[in-house]
Amino acid sequence: MAEPRSHTQARDFWTATVLWLGAGSVLALLAWILGDLLLQGVGRLSWGFLTEPPSDAGRSGGVAPMIISTLWILAICLATAVPLGLAAALFLTELASRRTGRWVRHSLDALAAVPSIVFGLFGNALFCHVLGLGYSILSGGLTLACMVLPLVVRTTEAGLSNVAQEIRQGAAALALSRVTTLRTLVLPAAAPALLVGLVLGIGRALAETAALIFTSGYVDRFPESIHDSGRSLSIHIYDLSMNVPAGNDTAYATALVLVVLLIASQQLATWGIHRWIQPERSVR
Amino acid sequence: MTSSKPSASFRAAADRCLTVVLVGAAAIAGGLVLWIVLFIARESMPALLSIAPWRFATDASWHPQDGLFKITPMVAATLAISLVAMCLAAPLGIATAMFSSFFAPARIAGLLRRWIEILAGIPSVVYGLWGLTVLVPRIAAIQAPGLGLLAASLVLALMILPTVALTAEAALRSVDEDLLRGAAALGLDRTGTALHVALPAAKNGIFAGLVLATARALGETMAVLMVAGNVVQMPGSLFDSIRPLTANIALEMGYATADHRSVLFASGLALMLMVGLLVALSTMSSPEATDG
Amino acid sequence: MSFPKSPSALSRSIAAAAFLITTLVGCGSSDDSPSAQTRITLTGSSTVAPLASEIARRFEERHPDVRVEVQTGGSSRGIADARSGAATLGMISRDLAPDEQDLTAFTIARDGIGLIIHADNPVEELSRSQIASIFRGEISNWSEVGGREAEITVVNKAEGRATLEVFKQYFELTSPEIRADVVIGHNEQGVKTVAGNPNALGYVSIGVAESDIQQGIPIRLLRIDGMEANIETVADGSFPISRPLNLVAHGTVDGPAAELVEFSLSEEVHDLIEAQRFVPSRR
Repeated sequence: MAEPRSHTQARDFWTATVLWLGAGSVLALLAWILGDLLLQGVGRLSWGFLTEPPSDAGRSGGVAPMIISTLWILAICLATAVPLGLAAALFLTELASRRTGRWVRHSLDALAAVPSIVFGLFGNALFCHVLGLGYSILSGGLTLACMVLPLVVRTTEAGLSNVAQEIRQGAAALALSRVTTLRTLVLPAAAPALLVGLVLGIGRALAETAALIFTSGYVDRFPESIHDSGRSLSIHIYDLSMNVPAGNDTAYATALVLVVLLIASQQLATWGIHRWIQPERSVR
Repeated sequence: MTSSKPSASFRAAADRCLTVVLVGAAAIAGGLVLWIVLFIARESMPALLSIAPWRFATDASWHPQDGLFKITPMVAATLAISLVAMCLAAPLGIATAMFSSFFAPARIAGLLRRWIEILAGIPSVVYGLWGLTVLVPRIAAIQAPGLGLLAASLVLALMILPTVALTAEAALRSVDEDLLRGAAALGLDRTGTALHVALPAAKNGIFAGLVLATARALGETMAVLMVAGNVVQMPGSLFDSIRPLTANIALEMGYATADHRSVLFASGLALMLMVGLLVALSTMSSPEATDG
Repeated sequence: MSFPKSPSALSRSIAAAAFLITTLVGCGSSDDSPSAQTRITLTGSSTVAPLASEIARRFEERHPDVRVEVQTGGSSRGIADARSGAATLGMISRDLAPDEQDLTAFTIARDGIGLIIHADNPVEELSRSQIASIFRGEISNWSEVGGREAEITVVNKAEGRATLEVFKQYFELTSPEIRADVVIGHNEQGVKTVAGNPNALGYVSIGVAESDIQQGIPIRLLRIDGMEANIETVADGSFPISRPLNLVAHGTVDGPAAELVEFSLSEEVHDLIEAQRFVPSRR
């Protein structure tokens, strides 16, 4: 590094100080939130908290039915959004003309920006009322599927378009059918991206509250089928913090469970990508 | 290759079938947003037809059960909360991005990014819980009730901070290395390089990120609902309890019927239009980002 | 490396397509195949909901083939859902209005509406006109009614809530003239807001307030014009602001729903009603 003149050195020093402070305060804020979450939540956490139903409006007991409902909602969301998203992404990379592709992408970007409460309105009107599904896990899951679809499509598409054009041309030269090319060459190479899209979708779906209040409802019991109403963890947090006096501890504990689930899924994705991509790169 | 070779006609059939599936999926995915708009519009039609549009501004108050539908205070509340939140989050987010791109040691920059990514993933309801239990009592100590514009803006600022910081950092990182090296070769210090070379070069990307964050702020519901106080009134001071559009929908959707329900859908439509305009704006400001 | 034959790829893509189509198209018709259970849905008043949940739990123990789902949202939702058929029974915490006579009400209990303040607030009693003035914004400081020098935080119920209707009626207030600082939905949210703010004044179901006071929540029920607000004064009829807690039905109720109504009106649930600090209705 060249020796800078002293006044610019001073200027750099001050800029650096200001920025260190800015970034430091951001970090401190974040640490404050996560710290509170940990400190106030960990007291109520126990094995029973995860395996028991709530009692006394949630002040005691656990969150087991909410975990089950959340997983059900998530399963329906993913079972709908992932195949649909994968197919749409394949369309974008394999078939779409430039113009059509641009239209679909713009439309997906617009969809990604739709506020979650609007998805709630839409899901309530369409799934609960018009299709007659009522307040149910099915309605909630399908609403979330609409919401995470852009995320799944765009991530998967990014992965698919990274697959080198030469592979496809080679496959075409070998006279492999499009189906075979996709299945044996393109999809495996794009699998990590699909996984990332999947996990991002999980993250968004787990975190969602507003779109679920008027679609999946908030019955805090074990759902017996996907036609039952089910309260997600996020709605449980909302209800405890707003509507249950002395419910804050349980709200924090539930929030901690939810955040741990979210961070775990993030980490899982990172780990999966490393494991999946690395060998391919090193072997060939 | 040793792949078995089915007859050409079979292969063609498989390809055609695949094509149909893919086109169908893309049509659903691409048409969904339009479908949602049309559907919400259909549900808001009864209100838009039976209530003269100016009444949303000229009615005495928002008392839908008495047939009074003034929504302007809630539109103002939505805008006020988003504006204050952006004023807080934008400088802090951009500063964080500048820091991690130009001034932080690589390891710290990486750590910072990971932290911020974690924060981006925290559910809004958790931010709301934290705001309600930590921020609101502190604000109430200054002026009761604590719930209101300030609390909502602070919580919202925290929520959109990761969006601003991550998009700004991505934009700064994508600035051409040669440009930065050139600046250094000209004897520009790091501050000068960051402020006068990198920042202008990345301004489209940063701007797009800000617009995206604003869109998120306008549409955020839970965190705001939990700390805004939800009184329908024009925001007059930072401590006023107010009710943004999103919170109103969440509060009243549960029991609204007839025209009332329809007006809530109309306010959802209004929200979508605002967000749509912003997205269009961000798309125009960074055309290269959309052809990905 | 051996590549699977393309027919299998084909069949998979067809399976995927079939799956998509069934999920997207089939969801409309899929509600005709739930489990063998009968489902009864109750929606409405957040005052009635906790009691209804307890009653439902006991009812389910005796009728394992019935599942009762209870959802809140306010009395207006109870009325709307009962009419539209979205709920088997609506729950409302007031009398039926004149324009709601198409519904049948079954009164399962009575409840009062009491004014609550934080336990640390020294004020013991307010008069009817003082309360009305506070909610109109004419009185804005506790010192004007014998309390500390502090701004009053007025906690009001959201529109569509029966508690608000009954409150407005008794204090002769209209919605537009109420000057609130915080608007809340559930009773419990009101309790929570007041418990967290030493200068707040709110009004909630007396049953809810008493159960929460028993739980150690720092709130107090105010005397109004010299009358104690508690479960006894509601029971003997001396407390003036009271209302019935009703289950409402549109048309005739039959089958398990009728049994549930009958059960809710029976003495078998009186202990549940009393545990929630409500007054069992006498038939």
